[in-house]
Amino acid sequence: MLRYILHRLALVIPTLIGITICSFGFVRLIPGDPILALSGERGVSAERYAALVTKYGFDKPIWEQYFRYIGQVLQGDFGDSLATHRPVISEFLKLFPATVELAVFALIFAIVLGVPAGIFAAVKRGSWLDQGLMGTALVGYSMPIFWWGLLLIIFFSGYLGWTPVSGRIGLQFFLKPVTGFMLIDSLLAGNFDAFVSALRHLILPTIVLGTIPLAVIARQTRSAMLEVMGEDYVRTARAKGLSGNRVIGLHALRNALIPVVTTIGLQIGVLMGGAILTETIFSWPGIGRWLVDSIYKRDYAVVQNGLLIVAVIVMVVNLLVDLLYAFINPRIRVQSS
Amino acid sequence: MALLDIRNLTVAFDTSVGLFKAVDGIDVSVDAREVLAIVGESGSGKSVAMLAVMGLLPASATVTADKMEFEGKNLMAMTAQQKRRIIGKDIAMIFQEPVASLNPCFTIGFQIEEVLSRHMGLNGRAARDRAIELLQLVGIKDGADRLGAFPHQMSGGQCQRVMIAMAIACSPKLLIADEPTTALDVTIQKQILDLLVKLQADTGMGLIMITHDMGVVAETADRVIVQYKGHKMEEADVLTLFENPASNYTRALLSALPENAVGDRLPTVADYNFAHDLGAGQ
Amino acid sequence: MTTVGNAAETRKPVSGLREFWHYFSQNRGAVLGLIVLSIMVLIALFAPVLAPHAPELQYRDALLRPPVWQEGGSWTYVLGTDAVGRDMLSRLMYGARFSLIIGAVVVVLALLGGITLGLIAGYFRGWVDVVIMRVMDIILAFPSLLLALVLVAVLGPGLVNAMLAIALVLQPHFARLVRAAVMAEHSRDYVTSAKLAGASHIRLMLVTILPNCLAPLIVQATLSFSSAILEAAALGFLGLGAQPPTPEWGTMLATAREFITRAPWVVTFPGLAILITVLAINLMGDGLRDALDPKLKRS
Repeated sequence: MLRYILHRLALVIPTLIGITICSFGFVRLIPGDPILALSGERGVSAERYAALVTKYGFDKPIWEQYFRYIGQVLQGDFGDSLATHRPVISEFLKLFPATVELAVFALIFAIVLGVPAGIFAAVKRGSWLDQGLMGTALVGYSMPIFWWGLLLIIFFSGYLGWTPVSGRIGLQFFLKPVTGFMLIDSLLAGNFDAFVSALRHLILPTIVLGTIPLAVIARQTRSAMLEVMGEDYVRTARAKGLSGNRVIGLHALRNALIPVVTTIGLQIGVLMGGAILTETIFSWPGIGRWLVDSIYKRDYAVVQNGLLIVAVIVMVVNLLVDLLYAFINPRIRVQSS
Repeated sequence: MALLDIRNLTVAFDTSVGLFKAVDGIDVSVDAREVLAIVGESGSGKSVAMLAVMGLLPASATVTADKMEFEGKNLMAMTAQQKRRIIGKDIAMIFQEPVASLNPCFTIGFQIEEVLSRHMGLNGRAARDRAIELLQLVGIKDGADRLGAFPHQMSGGQCQRVMIAMAIACSPKLLIADEPTTALDVTIQKQILDLLVKLQADTGMGLIMITHDMGVVAETADRVIVQYKGHKMEEADVLTLFENPASNYTRALLSALPENAVGDRLPTVADYNFAHDLGAGQ
Repeated sequence: MTTVGNAAETRKPVSGLREFWHYFSQNRGAVLGLIVLSIMVLIALFAPVLAPHAPELQYRDALLRPPVWQEGGSWTYVLGTDAVGRDMLSRLMYGARFSLIIGAVVVVLALLGGITLGLIAGYFRGWVDVVIMRVMDIILAFPSLLLALVLVAVLGPGLVNAMLAIALVLQPHFARLVRAAVMAEHSRDYVTSAKLAGASHIRLMLVTILPNCLAPLIVQATLSFSSAILEAAALGFLGLGAQPPTPEWGTMLATAREFITRAPWVVTFPGLAILITVLAINLMGDGLRDALDPKLKRS
């Protein structure tokens, strides 16, 4: 297991370096003057320009600039947002919990519905239930999720009036941001109405963001279960006279979950991409919307470093998922004697 | 009364190129204290017949028989739940690939204790002690240490011993061994066979040995059924089979053994004409 | 006792292209997908003939007209009109051209790039392999839409840049696939004998090895085709892909957002068009995978 962990870490390092090179090079690739892009100033005088050059270190050789950049990043200095003139890192930390709250709910939604659906479809292979479930899953990941979100808003918010249209919580509530997670903060403040409001605001965005992961997880679970169900050890379990539920739910599922965990890990990246669209539609104040707005506003400091942060987070989560995978797979966790 | 009594068993599979009969109208019966060997080439349907008895065939298989009784009870008329009380307890089966037949995610202690819990109601300490006892019986000395091991940490021979331990855990009346030594090294093969024969003699259970190896038949069996393409070609006690085979097919199998070689070319089954023998063993 | 036929009844298995079609056509969904996709292609090809109006023509007197089956609709504008009076049906038909071309161009670009890199990495191994695969890992480390967004931000919004960005993002999947297949085939006997016969590197890569990696490539290509359409629509929706007044389905949704309560048809139909097209391609992709992957063939 230790060897596996070290091997995985070793693969991560060059990729991390590559990501930093990409975000470092990003500003220098956009058309126009990178110094003006970073500072956001236009029509500057010659002296001001020279001052900016020194400030951003563009007078130094390129590799020195790169190391300077890495040094800043490691200290948490990602520069200042051009739109708000506040540090990128503080903007990020303010908005990140909203995305996390949404992503966590979407992932739970996808797993809680997707895994059982995949199991049923596998057990009842070829039946109407199987075809119906898999057909629905196929539709689920063939849809543009921004359209799906708009449709749900038209129907559930507009026509039925059951759910709110946008935002994280009703406008009448003002909660002190302790953790940044609305559900926790509202409970901490003892405001039950706020809690319910936050919950209601989460429903549609969760469904929209979780649809594609749900579909993918359902399909993967089904195919993993089908493969496992044909293995010798499942036949042995049946030969022991165990009940069907135990054979499927314990002996088969425990093995099928191993590849499914990998799939769930891959969905983290999908969730980040989907968050961009979901937050845009529901005006959800998370980092997805922040990044898109920054692109529109040409707030390059945010785009450059926001990209870096998101990529690093996705990598770290993938690494954790890999470690989890190693833990639940006895063949890796325990070495052969 | 025979322990296992099967008459006119047919197993047909629904395939994309039509209906395929893996087993075509065979009779099998085994008594307590008896070792029956079912021998034949790959594809003769010898495993399929026993898998049908255990109820381990996929849904695409249709099993029909005039009679399929265990200890006088009609297996075909039982509900799935009733059958599950017999399978694993009174009738047990071990398979060809021992490492693949054990669940890679659970320790062997867990897998053995599971059988004890299901059929004998043993749990906790009692189950653990009995598991160690069973491992002793099958020749694994340091049972207590081994309980926490995973199948991939053990050799093929050790895994097969664990399979046997699971199979005899509830003192079955009948043990079906489907090519138990085919996947193992030659030296380990002998150990496992000796173990099976000893257990059978000690407990008095019936043993069905499915194999393609005439040597195994000679070592272990009391009675032999020879199968070819789903048909029974011959049934006889072991001495008669080897000395005076009734079917041409059996003659072909015997002469294909290297020790029976005459001349510089080993005859094959195809050299013999036994088409008229199909179904002759009924 | 049930009477069953004997072994003589089994049919002889078919072979080659007919075998492929035999398995493919067994999957009703795949055949349905093929039919729907063919219809889309025909609509795209013959849009100028089929569409009742020109897609960019604005009818000032017919703003936000509902579809024909609703109150206030008419057969002149079967699926209604948008906020500036353009006919929805015509725009949808012309939109099919954009989506299908986007899918095709992106897949071709990603295939070319991915095959080249994968062949080189898998064939030559060593540090070339390591470098190429690390670069692929870096691209895959970013969420795909995010990376495409940033690339478009760098290159500037527009359909061509969007296609380039998406092709770059999808290309590592092909590179990985080809590399794995090349490494698997490389050690096979037929490659060794071709090498001994004196085949050059290029010939070995393109003529000997590549044709045997086709099956997974085809499946991945269909998957990427549908991904490309969805990503391009997403970029269009965010205003960074095809620019208005281009009748690209995603772009149409961007401008329709403010009308979701007043005129839901302006939102529903473009998305529905995307869904139907992508669903058809995915259905076909499933069928292709089942037909081309021998392991899954049921015996």
